[in-house]
Amino acid sequence: MSRYFTKEHEWIEVAGDIGTVGISDYAQGQLGDITFVELPAVGAEFKQGDAAAVVDSVKAASDIYVPVAGSITEINAALEDQPELVNTAPDAGGWLFRVKLADAGELSGLMDETAYKAYVAEL
Amino acid sequence: MNAPNPSGWRPSIGIDSSEEIAVKTASGDRGLALEESLIFELGATGKCGVDFDPPSAEPLPGLAKFLRAAPLDLPGLTEPETVRHYTRLSRQNYAIDLGPFPLGSCTMKHNPRLNEKVARMPGFGDIHPLQPRRTVSGAYEAIAQLADWLLALTGMASIALSPKAGAHGELCGLLCIRAALEARGDPREVVLVPESAHGTNPATAAFAGYRVENIPATPEGRVDLAALKARLGPDVAGVMITNPNTCGLFEPDMKIISQVVHEAGGFVYCDGANFNAIVGRVRPGDLGIDAMHINLHKTFSTPHGGGGPGSGPVVLSVALAPFAPLPMVRRDATGVARLIEESDATGTGHDSFGRMAAFHGQMGMFTRALTYILSHGADGLRQVAEDAVLNANYVLRSLEDVLDAPFAASGPCMHEALFSDFGLAEGFSTIDIAKGLIDEGFHPMTVYFPLVVHGAMLVEPTETESKAGLDRFIASLRSLAERGRAGDEALKSAPHFAPRRRLDETQAARKPVLVWKAEG
Repeated sequence: MSRYFTKEHEWIEVAGDIGTVGISDYAQGQLGDITFVELPAVGAEFKQGDAAAVVDSVKAASDIYVPVAGSITEINAALEDQPELVNTAPDAGGWLFRVKLADAGELSGLMDETAYKAYVAEL
Repeated sequence: MNAPNPSGWRPSIGIDSSEEIAVKTASGDRGLALEESLIFELGATGKCGVDFDPPSAEPLPGLAKFLRAAPLDLPGLTEPETVRHYTRLSRQNYAIDLGPFPLGSCTMKHNPRLNEKVARMPGFGDIHPLQPRRTVSGAYEAIAQLADWLLALTGMASIALSPKAGAHGELCGLLCIRAALEARGDPREVVLVPESAHGTNPATAAFAGYRVENIPATPEGRVDLAALKARLGPDVAGVMITNPNTCGLFEPDMKIISQVVHEAGGFVYCDGANFNAIVGRVRPGDLGIDAMHINLHKTFSTPHGGGGPGSGPVVLSVALAPFAPLPMVRRDATGVARLIEESDATGTGHDSFGRMAAFHGQMGMFTRALTYILSHGADGLRQVAEDAVLNANYVLRSLEDVLDAPFAASGPCMHEALFSDFGLAEGFSTIDIAKGLIDEGFHPMTVYFPLVVHGAMLVEPTETESKAGLDRFIASLRSLAERGRAGDEALKSAPHFAPRRRLDETQAARKPVLVWKAEG
C-alpha cells in the first residue's frame, strides 16, 4: 500500500485498484473545527481534479477534489454523525470516500509523503 | 467624544469580573445590564394580552375539518410585557447607532435621519403598488430621479431597479447576459470568477445555470490577467469581477480585462458592493463594464436589515439594456416618468428577460437613497469616496507594525484595510482578536474572508467615523494585536463583558438546536 498527496492537500491510499481518500493533517489544521461533510453518491464518476465532496468548518466551506479519476465505491458514513473525525484522525478514521481507479497511471503525477512534507514546509 | 471632567472625578463604571462573582442578584439582572428569558418562557400559554370576543362554538360551514386538534401553545403576553421583551433584547445588541461597525465589504455607514423623514412622507410612505397610476406620479418621478443619478454616477446606459438586494441584482445582471447571448444564438456555459471576488458571485453564476471556474489572484492580491486571458474562449459567457476587490484593492487592469472579455464574445459583470470607494470618482461604464449592481443599503446609506430591506438596482451597458426586467419606470419623450408593465408601443421592454419581482422595487429604499444623494450632491458623494478611502488607509498604516498587512506593499488600499493573523502567538487566531473587539465596545470586523488571506481581518471604517473615533478604534485593535502577539490567555476566552461569554461555535454548527422545547 502506498499513500500519495495532492497540492490541494488530499491524500489517497491505494490497495489494488481501490483508493481511499482523505485530507491531510495540515489541511484539517488550516480548516479548523469541521462541522459538516458532504459526501458523493456511491457509483458517482469523477475525472481527476473534479470536486467530489465538501468539508464545512467554522471558517469556510471547502471543495475536496478527487486525486485520480474513478467511480465512488464507498463513503465514510461515520462522518455524518461525527464530522470531527476529520480533525481527530485525518489519516485514518476520518477518511472521506473510496474510489475505484480508472487509470492508475494518474498516481504518478501526485506527491509521495516526503515530497508532500517538503511542499507543506514551504507554505 | 466628551470633554474631560475638569474636576478629574468620575464614577467607576463597568463590571469587574471579581465583583461579578461576589455579588449575585436575585433577578439575574445586573443594574442596567438586563438579563432576558426566551419569549416562550415568559408568557403562560392560555393567557392572552388582547381582549378578543370568545370564539363561537360552531366553526363556519365547511371549515370544521380545519379545526386544530392540539392547542397552539403560543406564549400569552400583555402589550407591556411584549414591548419590554423586545426592548430588553435590543439592549443586548450592537448597532450602527451605538458605535463603529467595521464589517469589511458591508459598508456599515451612518443612516441619516433625514432619509427616514422623507421616506415617511405620506406621498411616499403610504402608497401601494396597485393604486391608480395617476395618483402616484410623484413616486414615479422620484424613482426616475434616482435612476438618473445612478446612471450619471456609473456612466451606464440603462438601469433595472426592481432587484431587492445585492445577490438579487447579481442574478438580474447574469440573466441579462444569458438573454443577450441567447438572443444572438450563442448560449455559453462558463462564468469566470476571480478568487478576489465576493462569495456570492460564484453562487449567482451557478444559480443562473453557468459552470463556475476560478481565476487565481496574483501575489499582489489582484486578478491574474494572464490566467484570465488564457482561459477566455467561445464557451465563456462572462466574468464576474469585484472592483475594488475583496483584498481592498482597485483593479487597475479593469479596462484591459473588459476589452479582452469583449473580444472573446463575453460580458463583464462587476460586483458593485464596494462602490463606496469610487462613487463620484470612477464611472464603471468608462471601464467597459456591462452590468453592475449597486447596494443602496451600502453606498447610499439605506439601513441594513432591521430598519428596512436591502435594494440592489442594476446598471446596464447598451448591449444589455434591451434585456432589463419588467416592470420599469422610464421617462417618455416629454420627460414624464411612466411605469412600463409590459412592452410598450415604442418597443421598450420587448426583449426583457422577464420579472425579478412583482412590483417595481423597494420604494422606501429608493426615497432614502435619493434623499442621501440629493443632500450630499455630486461634490458630497465624491467626498464620501475620498473620506472612506482615507479612513481605511489611516487604519491600515496605523496598524501595519503590529498586524500583518499582506498587501500593504501593493500601494494604497481602497475603502477597506486587510490584515492576516500572521505573527500572533501560537494558538492565537483572528477569532480571538474579533472577540476581543466586543470587549472593547466595537462590532468585530469581517473575519476569515477573503479566503486568499490566512486568518483574514477585513476592516471597513467607512467615511462615517471621525479621526477621533478612528483613533479610539485603532488603539483598541492595537492593544488586542499586542495581546495576541504576547499570547495573553485572557484573550482566548473573550468576550468577558458581553451578555454571554464565548459561544461554542463548533458545537452550534455540529449540533444546532433550532427549536425551543419545554423542559420535561
